[in-house]
Amino acid sequence: MKTLKIIIILFLLLTNNHLKADDQIERNKITKNLRCLICQGQSVYDSDSEFANSMKILVDKKLDEGLSENEIYDYFKEKYGEWILYDPSLNKNTYILWLLPILIFLIGGAIVYKKFKFKN
Amino acid sequence: MKNKLLPLTIIISFIIVFLIFYKGLKETNIYTPKSEINKDIPNFSSEFFFTNKSVNSSEVFNEDKFYLLNIWSSWCVPCRQEHSLLMKLSENDDLILVGLNYKDNKSNAENFLIQLGNPYKKILLDNDGTIAIEWGAFGVPETFLIYRDKIIQKFVGPLNNSLINEIENKLK
Repeated sequence: MKTLKIIIILFLLLTNNHLKADDQIERNKITKNLRCLICQGQSVYDSDSEFANSMKILVDKKLDEGLSENEIYDYFKEKYGEWILYDPSLNKNTYILWLLPILIFLIGGAIVYKKFKFKN
Repeated sequence: MKNKLLPLTIIISFIIVFLIFYKGLKETNIYTPKSEINKDIPNFSSEFFFTNKSVNSSEVFNEDKFYLLNIWSSWCVPCRQEHSLLMKLSENDDLILVGLNYKDNKSNAENFLIQLGNPYKKILLDNDGTIAIEWGAFGVPETFLIYRDKIIQKFVGPLNNSLINEIENKLK
């Protein structure tokens, strides 16, 4: 009976640990997409500045409160603007950023297609 | 047609690249968040510096007066520079100065106030720096002028004489 209890306790501890690991993955994913404002060019995940460390604590707090990844991004966007994100969403300020590569790809594709068509 | 299209595409590409670089290289690459005015102050919980008593932000900014929230720390050199100006501002009865002690060692912070004076009516603690983020701050010192739960103006970096005049003009 005692052995069974120990096994159950160990099992519970190990499964909780697994949940914590999931949180860690989520936290890392979010902090990698947040830009550090003090050491610009580095993500919050990579930076060890005072600001980045506070951001990491806050991301943990928000995850504990049950906020989703996008809700956390929205929270930081409201505080610091779109620039805080490495992966900005599509809006009137960023549409060139998103559409230009597609446009260039299509134009390039059309040129290549035409060339092959003429050759054939 | 085929002969014309290629040079035209190259010229247009060059013009686009030139314009992007011309515009991009002229701009500073250091980003400072826009200081939005008339934004609601954040709601947060903290502790008082001297008593360690828990407090909610609504209990701090509850008078119908102007408030000046100053984020400071004893290890921050520019905070020392602006401190004498804050002492001067604290003599103004229309303004209540609130300090937010950012990631500091308590005894160092106390010594700082003993040496340079305490201009703040209330001082709150921000030991992990998360309250400063609630305010949209990213360093020390930063100062916020508040009236009726709205941020009227935000000052990034140390205050100087012209900014103090600006604040005093707003109080009139």
